Amino acid sequence: MPGCGTQSDPLRESLRMSETYIARSSAIAARMLAGEMMVMNSMDSTFFTLNEVATAIWQAADGRTPLREIVRNSVCEQFDVDPEQAQTDAEQFVAGLSTHGILLVADHPLEAP
Amino acid sequence: MTAAARKHCCVVEIGGIPVSLSTDSESFRDVLCQRYSGFLSSSRAEYELDFQLVEPGMVSDDDVRVRREGHEWKIERGDFHAQWDPYSGRGWVQQTPNPYSLDSVLRILHSLILAARGGFLLHAASAICEGRGYLFSGISGAGKTTMTRLAPSSINLLTDEISYVRPGAGGYWACGTPFAGELAKSGENCTAPVSALFFLEKGPENRIDEISPAEAVRRLMRNILFFADDRELVGKLLATACDFVATVPIRRLTFYPDARVWDTVRSFEGEPAHV
Repeated sequence: MPGCGTQSDPLRESLRMSETYIARSSAIAARMLAGEMMVMNSMDSTFFTLNEVATAIWQAADGRTPLREIVRNSVCEQFDVDPEQAQTDAEQFVAGLSTHGILLVADHPLEAP
Repeated sequence: MTAAARKHCCVVEIGGIPVSLSTDSESFRDVLCQRYSGFLSSSRAEYELDFQLVEPGMVSDDDVRVRREGHEWKIERGDFHAQWDPYSGRGWVQQTPNPYSLDSVLRILHSLILAARGGFLLHAASAICEGRGYLFSGISGAGKTTMTRLAPSSINLLTDEISYVRPGAGGYWACGTPFAGELAKSGENCTAPVSALFFLEKGPENRIDEISPAEAVRRLMRNILFFADDRELVGKLLATACDFVATVPIRRLTFYPDARVWDTVRSFEGEPAHV
């Protein structure tokens, strides 16, 4: 997972407490190159490179699938990772990208990007 | 019956894109002609900008803002206001009669035109050496101007500050610009296919190192001049950057600042990254 800035504790706590839905922001541009996903926020030009696991979460961020299910189906089934660690890493990744406006996070389904 | 004020015009062609600059002021037209003397053209203009001169009193220190309203671009900075319609190709600029605002307006205009056409303006020095175009990019102090000062006299200097890159036959082409940096010298109005982009770092020896495609895109995007917070164009620019990385060899050039660095550049025969 990429380092995406510090996550706020309340946000991480809320991610743990309830079902979480994530959607890609409409203000971003993304492009896959040499197996890495590059993501850029058009509002402030912040730029991120996502590794394979982060890319899998990113691509599955349709606003309708709960994060827990994304981790189970798109991460644990495709990569050799410990499920609990994968969930923790995913929450950290989501919290980081949401602080930069790259991912939208809610406790209810979101509109598709 | 009132007669319309007579317009004084010149056409400035940078990167093969002729832009007509018109003004009521003959003396300001002379400033334009002098500043862009190497880039004046008799081509039919693709775009038109009308300069309306204002008194210096209205100048403020506001940063540049470029935003789309409908299909028109609004471009504002403390020292100028401009509006440009990419569909009709026409626009106007209100500014004080100084050449720095003029350069900024033209740079922003070209950055918008190029972004839509799959090109970009890059914080980079560029030059043509033995028919090959080379770009040297980096932050302030990385050595852009130094590279141009160390260049052999046989090269054609395209710019020491803002490089003009556009797609063309066989890949990407570097074009000369009148936008000068520390050298305070306009680039030459010529063009060549880009053979390599080097990200500069000063060091104890001359060395060329690979960088990953993702790192190349990241550095490229950081150094592209683009001012608009417009998702569509940013997406297009990112796509262009990825294509550029797949098409043009991009390396890190660590260099010791003496003329031998140009031997290293000339002998470079790298390939683009496999992506």
